[in-house]
Amino acid sequence: MSISKLQRALLAIFGLGLALASGAANADSAFNLPVGVTPISHEVYALHMRTFWICVGIAVVVFGVMLISIVLHRKSRGYKAAHFHEHVWVEIAWTIAPAIILIVMAVPAVGVLVHMEDYSKPDMSIKVTGYQWMWNYDYVDNGVSFYSKLAEDSNRARVLDSKVSPFSVKHYIRDVDHPLVVPTGRKVRLLITSGDVIHSWWVPDFGGKTDAIPGYVNQMWIKVEKPGTYRGQCAELCGRGHAFMPIVVVAKTPEEFRKWVKANGGHLRHAPETGGATINRKRQPAPNAAQPKPPTIPPENGKSGTDQARTTR
Amino acid sequence: MNAHVAAADHGSHDHHGPGKGLMRWITTTNHKDIGTLYLVFSATMFAIGGLFAIVIRSELLEPGMQIVDPYFFNEMTTMHGLVMIFGVIMPSFVGLANWMLPIMVGAPDMALPRLNNFSFWILPFAFILLLSTFFMPGGAPASGWTMYAPLVEQTGMAFPFMIFAIHLMGISSVAGAINVIATILNMRTPSMRLMKMPMFVWSWLITAFLLIAVMPILAGAVTMLLMDKYFGTSFFNAAGGGDPVLYQHVFWFFGHPEVYIMILPAFGIISEIVPTFARKALFGYSSMVYALASIAFLSFIVWAHHMFTVGMPLSAEIFFMFATMLIAIPTGIKIFNWVGTMWRGSMTFETPMLFALAFIVLFTIGGLSGVMLAIVPADFQYQDTYFVVAHFHYVLVTGALFSIIAAIYYWLPKWTGHMYSEFWGKTHFWLSTIFVNVLFFPMHFLGLAGMPRRTADYALQFTDMNQIVSIGAFAFGASQLIFLGIIIASIRGRKNATSQVWDGAKGLEWTLSSPPPYHSFETAPEVE
Repeated sequence: MSISKLQRALLAIFGLGLALASGAANADSAFNLPVGVTPISHEVYALHMRTFWICVGIAVVVFGVMLISIVLHRKSRGYKAAHFHEHVWVEIAWTIAPAIILIVMAVPAVGVLVHMEDYSKPDMSIKVTGYQWMWNYDYVDNGVSFYSKLAEDSNRARVLDSKVSPFSVKHYIRDVDHPLVVPTGRKVRLLITSGDVIHSWWVPDFGGKTDAIPGYVNQMWIKVEKPGTYRGQCAELCGRGHAFMPIVVVAKTPEEFRKWVKANGGHLRHAPETGGATINRKRQPAPNAAQPKPPTIPPENGKSGTDQARTTR
Repeated sequence: MNAHVAAADHGSHDHHGPGKGLMRWITTTNHKDIGTLYLVFSATMFAIGGLFAIVIRSELLEPGMQIVDPYFFNEMTTMHGLVMIFGVIMPSFVGLANWMLPIMVGAPDMALPRLNNFSFWILPFAFILLLSTFFMPGGAPASGWTMYAPLVEQTGMAFPFMIFAIHLMGISSVAGAINVIATILNMRTPSMRLMKMPMFVWSWLITAFLLIAVMPILAGAVTMLLMDKYFGTSFFNAAGGGDPVLYQHVFWFFGHPEVYIMILPAFGIISEIVPTFARKALFGYSSMVYALASIAFLSFIVWAHHMFTVGMPLSAEIFFMFATMLIAIPTGIKIFNWVGTMWRGSMTFETPMLFALAFIVLFTIGGLSGVMLAIVPADFQYQDTYFVVAHFHYVLVTGALFSIIAAIYYWLPKWTGHMYSEFWGKTHFWLSTIFVNVLFFPMHFLGLAGMPRRTADYALQFTDMNQIVSIGAFAFGASQLIFLGIIIASIRGRKNATSQVWDGAKGLEWTLSSPPPYHSFETAPEVE
């Protein structure tokens, strides 16, 4: 066991070198952001790599000059110190140059940001509610609603002194009992909120995270390009079970998605055009802010997952 | 010369030295004794906070829960943060200020010696209070050092104790800052103009104003938490008309200037060390001062970049992105000026210089990842991942902590009167620098690949990288024992230091004997 651990560690160090040598830009590597499967995630990835290479460039120049100085200007080589201690033009140059570089970096980010914040004309909406420690998904247009929590095999293995090796569990702590199912090629608006403390809904392949805040509704939108299973987890510290609050999203073709809705007792209807009623601000007070709804009992196994007393108010 | 000097003479007509035994330390009003107390206290807290980090890294050595309960893991991350920030970095900078400021400005002591004693002796009680929460029902605070509402309100008995401890730390910091400002502005030797002050003095003057400005804001934030929990208010409770995000705004309005409180004195230290070992005056002195001041000002208008994912209006996101990127300009100026100081100098590489050079390189890496984090759309991916953990450990460990270590090596011969072992200093440097990178560099990859921070367990694909990080953590922790040995050996050492200590050193502290007399400068010295 310990030898295999050592092997894994050595492999990782080797892999690190490989990744750096090959530019650390491989898709879905263990070293970099995923390129992802939504238009936003592609834009974010491009922005990230662009910023990264500019930063590498700056580092190479600064450290390069430093290194030359360290090698050449040392007393042990008999180098005598010069006497200058200011130079107006050099100082102006290295104030203006970074300012230009920063503008070059930040301006494209504004475009991506505007695209991200365009919540208009969604094809469907899903309300996502975080609880300690599970998610509730409510298909506002289809009448399907269910809880999604850590899969049972992970749940058994994650207990202290469980005697079950995490390596024997497929998708350890990244698997749920009921994944969120979304159609591909559709603009899905997620209305994200929380029933207790702050959580954060994050699937790296979708290009970002949005906090789930009790009493307020945040939005994000996704348009998944290809069918598949995408995994993430809660990203905001939410108590004892924070590490055990995974998110799994299954993207199906619209055809398959309709079948799934019917099989789960939902109804199909066209999403109403919301053009005029677009929500401009990201955070909106929830209509039921005055009475946070306690989690209802999940229908599947008749047991609420919250084992910590909620704060009484 | 003038009345100022006469007053200093009057105070020291009897040449009394330090008192005897334990009471010397409890009742002392001497800036050097109090400086030593601060530094010893920080070292103790560093051991405790380091122990917490070792627990964290031991649990994360393998996926699955092996050692501690997830809730206790959260207690560890929370207390590690609180202890390292309020118990290590801040007090050690105050300790350095106590030791060096009066000497560097040519004063006999700090301006307010009794307040000085008071601000130190609050701290041990504050931390005993904070650490005692481990033994209370419900355990220690476990909601992260940021104490976000509403999670923090699920804390057990520890809740009011944590808040009272933070109030005490705040009182200590503000009192210390008042003392620093009074000393620099009133006790400075008359011939030292403001724009002639050593850079460490400048950096502390600006830091002290930041402290006075923001510590009361933290006190306000935690008091609002206390009111929400015990007095039925609803500042952060949506059900009562409040807003949980308000807490984050108030907290980070304190929190971002706090980040600079922990790095500006480091800038000052590096600006002292690099010219000494390059044997060349600091490049761009006045632009260094203006850069410090602009960083301090900008620190008040960037707080929301810590919370981009809470759902802000588009215009706010754009404003905070550009404001944040502005900070890179004065920070860049500082880095370029250090390189400009080194350029065509006559460098030698004693231990303080090695740590200062490592600081410049590694802090720059932390600064560049900070620029990446400022790009809002990308931050939606980075936020709350190990990428952020890597970023702030690069600026706080290889930044702030490395500068403190460099400062200790730089001034230790002055304090103790004995040289330290250069061989062991260099050994300590290389081990620390190698392993600190083994510890923190892979965290960038972990975060980008999707591992959130503050999790007690992780998915299997993160195993290899976490093991490298843990190995780095154990080795970096162990390397610090060498540092302890070097300091003890220097205190008890045999090789006497000259008053100049370093042949390229300039400034008033090098005109005094090593160790300096009990009442540093009894007559105001002439500068240039």
